[in-house]
Amino acid sequence: MPRFLILFISALLAVPSLSGAVAQESSPGPAEKTATAKQVLEIKLGYLRAYAPQLALSVLDVPPRDEGVAGAKVAIGDNNTTGRFLGQKFTLDVSEVKPDADVVPAFTDMMSKGVLYILADLSAAQLLSIADLARDRGILIFNVGSTDDRLREEDCRANVFHTAPTRTMLADGLAQYLIWKQWRRWVLAYGSHEPDKLFADALRRAATRFGGEIVAQKEFTDTGTARRTDTGVVQIQRQMPVFTQNFPDHDVLLVADESEVFGSYVPFRTWIPRPVAGTAGLIPSAWHPASEQWGGTQIQNRFAKANGRRMLSKDMAAWTAARIVGDAATRTQSADPEKLAAFIRADDFSIAAFKGQRLTFRRWNWQLRQPIFLGDGRSVVSTSPQEGFLHQVSELDTLGIDQSETQCALQ
Amino acid sequence: MLRRLTLLSAGLVVAAGMGSPAFAYMVYVSNEKDNTVTVVDSTTMQVVRTIDVGQRPRGITISHDGKFIYLCASDDDTIEIIDTATSEIVGTLPSGPDPELFVLSPDGQTLYVANEDDNLVTVIDLESKSVAMEVPVGVEPEGMGISPDGKSLVNTSETTNMAHFIDTETHEITDNILVDARPRFAEFKPDNSEVWVSAEIGGTVSVIDNASREVKHKITFEIPGLRAEAIQPVGVRITADGKKAYVALGPANRVAVVNAETYEVEKYVLVGQRVWQLAFTPDQKTIISTNGVSNDITFIDVATDEAVQSVTVGALPWGVVVSPN
Repeated sequence: MPRFLILFISALLAVPSLSGAVAQESSPGPAEKTATAKQVLEIKLGYLRAYAPQLALSVLDVPPRDEGVAGAKVAIGDNNTTGRFLGQKFTLDVSEVKPDADVVPAFTDMMSKGVLYILADLSAAQLLSIADLARDRGILIFNVGSTDDRLREEDCRANVFHTAPTRTMLADGLAQYLIWKQWRRWVLAYGSHEPDKLFADALRRAATRFGGEIVAQKEFTDTGTARRTDTGVVQIQRQMPVFTQNFPDHDVLLVADESEVFGSYVPFRTWIPRPVAGTAGLIPSAWHPASEQWGGTQIQNRFAKANGRRMLSKDMAAWTAARIVGDAATRTQSADPEKLAAFIRADDFSIAAFKGQRLTFRRWNWQLRQPIFLGDGRSVVSTSPQEGFLHQVSELDTLGIDQSETQCALQ
Repeated sequence: MLRRLTLLSAGLVVAAGMGSPAFAYMVYVSNEKDNTVTVVDSTTMQVVRTIDVGQRPRGITISHDGKFIYLCASDDDTIEIIDTATSEIVGTLPSGPDPELFVLSPDGQTLYVANEDDNLVTVIDLESKSVAMEVPVGVEPEGMGISPDGKSLVNTSETTNMAHFIDTETHEITDNILVDARPRFAEFKPDNSEVWVSAEIGGTVSVIDNASREVKHKITFEIPGLRAEAIQPVGVRITADGKKAYVALGPANRVAVVNAETYEVEKYVLVGQRVWQLAFTPDQKTIISTNGVSNDITFIDVATDEAVQSVTVGALPWGVVVSPN
């Protein structure tokens, strides 16, 4: 009996001394030496998306099947290249639902697999249906798809980070450029669907904010016509001048048509010759497939090589989100979700994403600050914030709803 | 060779006697946008000639005997060899895709190249002009520094955010040191004791102790009236006596002068727009910066740390190297 006890005690004693020795060996030594096959830490990310094939007015604008997911995959590859040196392995579990479907079962399934970081490309309603469930289980959600301001305002959540910009950020980025150009008189043509109206609201707000004047506006009602037909172009060439005929004189015609009903038809078909901007013509976006500034060539090449297509805004939002998790794991040298979350939430957190400066979160609603690209279909025309638009905290806060205006109370 | 040496020392004596840099060096500047190298006389500070080179020239260095320029023609996926006597491209080296920066070994035999697109460091044997080895590193390798004793190579990877220490004997990575975001450049102190790594997006320079391989100090920069995001350190050069360092600060349009012993920033020298790379003249009396957006280079007097003169070169000057003789 006492002999057994002695054995037991010595076994107990051996455990801490053993782990102490391991710790001693691993703490001061370089990372490469400490990372052995046994110690590989796995960090599981999930990608939850609402997907259905979408039509577009131009076949060139039909979203690729893997839009967004492809960006996340490139980031997982980047994270693993880095992880190789530190004994960390990153995985991505992708799950799809229909645009209006219940997303909770897919979320629960992902959670049961041990996913703690979810990249969400969902509608606002879908995202909100899982946000609180995720919070209770310490899961961080990264919104990579929705530009709805309400997710950062009245419907903001403490565990939902946004790498996609908002409609107000996009509209402000565009408006700053038009003001810089001294093109101040605008007319607005907007679609009849909800997203179109929300973007039109963002453009109206931007006009008030930066000194543009919307001298007239008009709704283009969706009567349910086919997006593309063999001889449709003949009619469009007559319809668009008529639609824009009665606008008072203006510098720029703004288009708000996220639903792809008429926007792409407007440029070059207006009654009077005027530039078009908004969802057609000069378009504000989080990323541009032709951006090569600020080291952009490298991510573009890496993305194109992996996916056989150019990188789009949603790909960049997803890449950035997965890199945020990767960078947190690298810098904390940990897979502990609490440590990672604390790192991402810290005051001095920033991420590099080929946009010429470090990107940080707005701590009042977890929106990622970021420059907005302005491009036509082929190339980048400019990047906002524009020179001269100043701000006491960050010039990036001249884009979108600022802290003093926010309705967000994080919970 | 002997005669050349005699001439050289005679020249140095004359220069020393006059107390001014009468000995002319040639300054070679790679112009990323217009596919040229501008050659500037260091004494007259005038453009001597312009050499047409391959597409998107960036990293540039020179053989120790001054006979050949090595130049990364990034969009041509090659390294061009330029004969300094004739200004002709006399050959190429197999660089791997999209070479951006490289470093020449102290013995002049080996060129270590960062291949941004392939997460590789390519080791090129200059005599046989062939690839001796490829070392997998982090995402987007860029900065390349080699210790003066030739034993340690440091590569920085811009998205992994590490300084990878590579043993030049075994070509194995021995240490991976985390630094701040987008590390662009690595520069060893002449006594091998430290390597300085700039982080463009992080806005810092990490001083890594070469013995313990730990970050012993982080240098930060503050310029009144400039937002922190505009301060983006890239090129770093340390004087031969190890006492002073110069750090190019990108869109801050300035070169920081740092006391290399105390790590205090002593001065910011206003040069031109988007300053990226730096090179000393061999006599260390002058340091030259490439100012990309203003299409010029600036000569800074090392004794006074005053900008002496700016010289217009080609479009978007990127790298700079000065002839050793």
